[in-house]
Amino acid sequence: MSAILPPPDRVWWKQPIDRVEGTWIAIALVWCLIMFFMMPYWHVFGKQNLANEAFKTTPEAYTRKAQEVVDKYTVRTETAQNIPVVHPPAGSDVYLVARLWSWWPILELEAGKSYRIHLMSMDWLHGFSLQPENINIEVHPGYDHVLTVTPTAPGTYSVICNEYCGINHHTMASKIYVK
Amino acid sequence: MAEPTQNVNFEEVLEEPIPAMQQLLDNPFLLLFIGIATPAVLYIIWGVMEIVNIPVAK
Amino acid sequence: MAVNRMFRTCPTTGLKFHQPAEALMKWNAVAAVVSLLVGGILALGVTLTRWQAVHLLAPDWFYLFLTAHGLNMLVFWIIFFEIAVLYFAGSTLLGCRLATPKMAWAGFWLMVAGALLNNYAVIFRQDSSVMFTSYAPMGAHPTFYLGLILFAVGALIGCFVFLGTLAVGKAEKTYNGSIPLVTFGALTACIIAIFTIASGAIILIPTFLWSLGLIEHIDSLMYRTVFWAFGHSSQQINVSAHVAIWYAIAAIAFGAKPMSERVSRAAFLLYIFFLQLASAHHLLVDPGLTSNWKIFNTSYAMYLAVLASMVHGLTVPGAIEVAQREKGFNKGLFEWLRKAPWGNPVFSGMFISLMGFGFLGGISGVMMGTEQLNLIIHNTLYVPGHFHATVVVGTTLAFMSLTYFLIPVLFRRQMMFPLLAKWQPYLFGLGMSGFALFMMGAGTLGMPRRHWDVSFAGNLFPHEFPGTAWLMIALMGISGLVAIVGGIIYLLITVGSVFLGKKIETPDFKYVKAREGMAPAPQPVAATLTAHHGNIGMAGFVAPGTFVLAIVFLTSFVLYYFVNWKYLSTVWPLS
Repeated sequence: MSAILPPPDRVWWKQPIDRVEGTWIAIALVWCLIMFFMMPYWHVFGKQNLANEAFKTTPEAYTRKAQEVVDKYTVRTETAQNIPVVHPPAGSDVYLVARLWSWWPILELEAGKSYRIHLMSMDWLHGFSLQPENINIEVHPGYDHVLTVTPTAPGTYSVICNEYCGINHHTMASKIYVK
Repeated sequence: MAEPTQNVNFEEVLEEPIPAMQQLLDNPFLLLFIGIATPAVLYIIWGVMEIVNIPVAK
Repeated sequence: MAVNRMFRTCPTTGLKFHQPAEALMKWNAVAAVVSLLVGGILALGVTLTRWQAVHLLAPDWFYLFLTAHGLNMLVFWIIFFEIAVLYFAGSTLLGCRLATPKMAWAGFWLMVAGALLNNYAVIFRQDSSVMFTSYAPMGAHPTFYLGLILFAVGALIGCFVFLGTLAVGKAEKTYNGSIPLVTFGALTACIIAIFTIASGAIILIPTFLWSLGLIEHIDSLMYRTVFWAFGHSSQQINVSAHVAIWYAIAAIAFGAKPMSERVSRAAFLLYIFFLQLASAHHLLVDPGLTSNWKIFNTSYAMYLAVLASMVHGLTVPGAIEVAQREKGFNKGLFEWLRKAPWGNPVFSGMFISLMGFGFLGGISGVMMGTEQLNLIIHNTLYVPGHFHATVVVGTTLAFMSLTYFLIPVLFRRQMMFPLLAKWQPYLFGLGMSGFALFMMGAGTLGMPRRHWDVSFAGNLFPHEFPGTAWLMIALMGISGLVAIVGGIIYLLITVGSVFLGKKIETPDFKYVKAREGMAPAPQPVAATLTAHHGNIGMAGFVAPGTFVLAIVFLTSFVLYYFVNWKYLSTVWPLS
């Protein structure tokens, strides 16, 4: 007569379902379906989705593309290490290189304009975490991940690494400027 | 879900065949097969196929 | 080979312990508690480092501690204990001899060797601080992977011994009809464990060969996809195991019987089908996998496993409520709950585990597992916040409450420090709930997980988190310490009682050969198909109090769910 003993009824599958359980199962099932359909709904009507556009590539090919953008659109350099600040035209492809333990280059974007931002790592896994917006994307080596991003408000944003990548993980931080 | 059966008398109960769902739930090895095949197909195989099919950058 | 058929019957509970199974349960439980002790010491270092005001350890030690803490807690403590639970649910609850005890011992020693080897790589070699996840291409020493593989093989043997025991019980007719619900829950855990270990083999064996230089390259995306079929499913074993333990404790502490075998078993069946798909929770912001795959898998195929958890969350307290009302606590909505034995740690621990798992762990898990919402949660402190609510408040606390039952029943010792034991579930459960909640708060504000210094002191491009996030971190540190005190008390009581506690002497104690002293041959039971509970409950509901609790739960769930969508709608548009 309890959960630690075999069920007393030979055929327990035909036991009537108690009203409490039946009601709860019906309510819970409806809620589960609502949660399920929220995801496709947001793909159609929401604005924050990943297109999952990605390409297999190599660090060399990816760095070459990043270098081309830096050569064309660098507006200034920052810090003693002369990290380029890139101000690309709206709609263009921008490449962000993640490696142990830095982001390269620094991006300068315009509010309300869209950009195709590419993310890829040169070595281990990294995490693209845009603060204080709190947008977080996994960055893989060997996979060029394309996000179409539209910054909303001007300001200085931080990019920090939030996938553990070794001893200097906490030093891997950069900026994105939005004008 | 099957209709609840009530007020069945004793002899009928003992002779009543075990419902298919109960037989499934009483068969650990069939459950083991289900529990491995379902995620292996829906999660691992489907996922790996998608990764393999990611296009190469131009 | 002679089969050992010696059993003893517990004088207080009437449970029958097979001699070899009893020894195996004890040893697995002891190994589990030793892992918990190691993991707990490491937890102190981790907490005191993330609590920025203390910031105890240097970065290399912090990452080492965090790696070893994750492995000892998530893998060794929990799986050792689960093997003990499997043997209990198989052998003891079926009154059946354990199949192949020698194999079970081989499995146990493999697990011990694996756990030692893995800890050797992390703690003594100090070159394998790659976290529980060990994401390739970040590499660890070969002994790290080899340790995990040995441990997994040992656990796999344990799973097959359990399945073998079910077969023996059926063949030797030690029980009638279907296996008990708790054993069915354990079977669910066992099935998920076998899938978990198979996935682990698919990914850890190549990674081990890679660490030896025998394989050129491990693809990071492939690794993450297959790894999580191991890493996440291993936590789904816990869910099934602790739900089984909830049912067991409801039965032990209240004599509660399941409201309906059919509903509870069907819910476990949904776990078997769908629970493991949730491994996709970890890959929602990874490149290349399509939204079709992500949505289908992350939602456990339309949230059917969430449905199952919501059902268990109702039927466990529902069964307790029915049992209590039948004992006469039938007044109002909550007399049954007010008059529950809150001073008994077996019950209080189980009930806090149930509430914490549902309200904190369950709801936050669904948030993270929603494809788009994961964008504002992935890899923040929200993630460890979530799994400390599920695996620690949920699983660990359920295991702790079961221990209080097992000390007299399995180890035949009187529990030491009964007054401390009375308070332990509250200290540990509430401390850990606070710890989890404040981590989630800090994560919502963007604080990353697995990060040595969120103040970015001395960085070229420092980021400053808002003051509220810092407050959350401080509260997290304080609640973490409360939980650690609760953990220390648990270890004190368990280790003290098992090794130094007063032996419970039973007159005429002896092991009896099964054929002579076992349960009477099973008789066909006259079945009634009605679910009469007499005149209890109100408005046609036998468990109205539980139903009200369930509605409160659903309301918080719905509100919090849409609050998160609202938050998501304010961040930069992405496509």
